[in-house]
Amino acid sequence: MSDSSIVHAHQFDDAEQQHEASWLGMWVFLATEVMFFGGMFLGYTIYRSTYPAAFADASNHLDIWLGTINTAVLIGSSFTMALAVRSAQLGARKPLVLFLILTLVLGALFLGIKFTEYYAKIEENLVPGSNFSFAGPLGRAAEIFFSFYFAMTGMHALHMIIGLALLTAMIVKAGRGRFSSVYNTPVELVGLYWHFVYIVWIFLFPLLYLVGRHLQ
Amino acid sequence: MSSGHIVSVKLYLAIFGALLVMTLATAGAAFIDLGGNLNTALAMVIAACKALLVILFFMHVRYSSRLTWVFVGAGFFWLMILLSLTLADVLSRRWLPTLLL
Repeated sequence: MSDSSIVHAHQFDDAEQQHEASWLGMWVFLATEVMFFGGMFLGYTIYRSTYPAAFADASNHLDIWLGTINTAVLIGSSFTMALAVRSAQLGARKPLVLFLILTLVLGALFLGIKFTEYYAKIEENLVPGSNFSFAGPLGRAAEIFFSFYFAMTGMHALHMIIGLALLTAMIVKAGRGRFSSVYNTPVELVGLYWHFVYIVWIFLFPLLYLVGRHLQ
Repeated sequence: MSSGHIVSVKLYLAIFGALLVMTLATAGAAFIDLGGNLNTALAMVIAACKALLVILFFMHVRYSSRLTWVFVGAGFFWLMILLSLTLADVLSRRWLPTLLL
């Protein structure tokens, strides 16, 4: 569907091709992100297979309720992001701004709950380092679990913070009417990023919060 | 450029509901002792189904070009190489008699 009214950069035949190139470029970036998080998941798997009992025990020190609620919050934000992209495709400006703001609020809520959990872990001396204390003979291996916990959820949280910044930029642009039913590629790409960050959490949640529950 | 397929709100709602149900299922199943590594296996199967729903519908891959499918597939194919080749080495080392170590 080529529309001559849409401006496209001179290296592209038409706007359609430009759109496809943006889309593919974003997926290349997301593939590198898969590799980035994949390395941490790999490290987690190796250490968990080495110290299964300590990982199960340490995992039970995480708050399963806050973890489950946070998962639901992220599902909600992914849903509102999908609706934001849909509004952009339809050229509906007010719903677009509304759904982007909803996504931003849910993302901020996720981070708020996450930092509450971090604070509890600091209070319980479960942050790896000189203050780390974990009763029983599995303490050193439990410290490895918490190193993965903070590294993986920390990198995930950093991605969420970047996502909130991107959403803010989209809200400002959408409010100024920069997007229409024929041009909304930035909203689509921020949507892809946001959904990807949710997918990382889909795997983090069971691997960090649920591994030891059946042994309790 | 909006070449994108417009997905109905109904379908998005269905995916949203399915994701919530699967989250509750995975949290609930974690408390039942299935024995061995079955708990982790079940959790990973559910997680993979959730990820697939998000990729296909929320991320519109279901309606995207063949070339997009290749790019998406390549990312996860490389992840599988990373995981399977490394774990094939690390996990099988324990099968060796202790004398060799």
